[in-house]
Amino acid sequence: MSDPARAIPDSAPALADHPPVTDWVHDFDHTDPQWTEDPFPIWDTVRTASPVIHTDRFLGCYMPTTYQAVKEIAYDTEHFSSRRVIVRDVRPEIVNTAPPITSDPPEHKPAKQLLLPPFTPDAMKKLEPRVRAICNELIDEFIADGKCDAAARYTKHIPVRAIAHMLGIPEKDSDLFIKWIHEILELGIRDDATMMRAVHEMTGYFHGHIEARKQNPTDDLITTMMNARDKAGQPLSDGHVLGSLRLLLIAGIDTTWSAIGASLWHLAKTPADRDRLIAEPELMPTAIEELLRAYAPVTMAREVMKDTVISGCPVKSGNMVLLSFPAANRDPAVFPDADKVVLDRKENRHVAFGLGIHRCVGSNLARMEMTVAIEEWLKRIPDFRLDRAGQVKWSEGTVRGPRQLPVLFGKPA
Amino acid sequence: MSGKLKVHVDQDKCQGHARCKALAPELFDLDEYGNAHEVGDGAVPAGLEDKAWLARSNCPEVAIDVTEE
Repeated sequence: MSDPARAIPDSAPALADHPPVTDWVHDFDHTDPQWTEDPFPIWDTVRTASPVIHTDRFLGCYMPTTYQAVKEIAYDTEHFSSRRVIVRDVRPEIVNTAPPITSDPPEHKPAKQLLLPPFTPDAMKKLEPRVRAICNELIDEFIADGKCDAAARYTKHIPVRAIAHMLGIPEKDSDLFIKWIHEILELGIRDDATMMRAVHEMTGYFHGHIEARKQNPTDDLITTMMNARDKAGQPLSDGHVLGSLRLLLIAGIDTTWSAIGASLWHLAKTPADRDRLIAEPELMPTAIEELLRAYAPVTMAREVMKDTVISGCPVKSGNMVLLSFPAANRDPAVFPDADKVVLDRKENRHVAFGLGIHRCVGSNLARMEMTVAIEEWLKRIPDFRLDRAGQVKWSEGTVRGPRQLPVLFGKPA
Repeated sequence: MSGKLKVHVDQDKCQGHARCKALAPELFDLDEYGNAHEVGDGAVPAGLEDKAWLARSNCPEVAIDVTEE
């Protein structure tokens, strides 16, 4: 077993704090408070300006602004690498990989295929009763209060408990997982030392669980990864297993937490949609897809490896790419009334789960969790609204969703 | 006059979003990895034509062909 401490690269110094953005077309910044609060008008502005924009921030970064440009980059694994999947201030040496999300062809496919069978729709059906129970256990804790912070008390806990259940690690360790994810996905954009410490802690945590399973194998995802064999019949390296486990934990939590939260936020402020979902429950599958389109939480990244042209715009190697699936989902060239939530939208080729070989491995899990979380909430709390005494707060950067969502239950007096 | 429809999933394009299976389970099935293929020879039974078109227009990878025979 390699010493995880050795896997910490030299930290690059953090750059100065980010000045506020005044020119979104030439100086965009997805960590700017304006973007965090309300990115949609920004995306409309930059989309009108050019299919690809550039900023000198983050050591140089492009952003495709149209559905078409996002698609071209997602499909182009020759010019764009996934080895860095978060746009950050720094680009330290790559040591901790998380296959398959950080893998390029040809390594990507075998790494991805190992993870696919546990996440099929049929596999998710088996997990559904546990998720339904988790939702009701959470609602039991606050329903009598007549109000709650739906992010802190509800949406935050559902995906973390579900993925812990699948991995075979204690659901009670959830707060620890949430701390690591905050450190990696939010603080890590600017603070490399914090990110590396979190990765190091996660590695140590999973290492302990792997060692325990060497003595007592269990029926869970950790054991599945430990028993996996590559094409040559060899077990995966410890680094691969640990990387994939870190990935499942990171990717499986605040993404869906954000999607459920944004959906509840929308329903809290849109009584007509809430009433319609209650009156027409058969609309739920279409509605979930539409909420995924409108409030897709996940923005990925690529690194330009070779100069190329995207949607007529030159793109130079050495830059990062902010691959905003959420912005693509708001492109009016593809989605009529792109800025409206249309619960029965019939044609919906949204890209909330990405496009091409890196399609989110947990998409079926996310859909199931969203569906169950919203169904159970609406059953128990059919009427609710934003609590104007409180404030909605959104997460910054890579994954966007409400981290504070105060709501009042019942009809207004 | 329109003929019978046939659906086909391009295996090189499908990435396992599983939208087709959700929208038209009679016409599409998933393998152990969650990737889709058409049921049988892809012939669309009468009455399911709308589902065939719906699946096609919801596939993010544009992996589904619908042809008229």
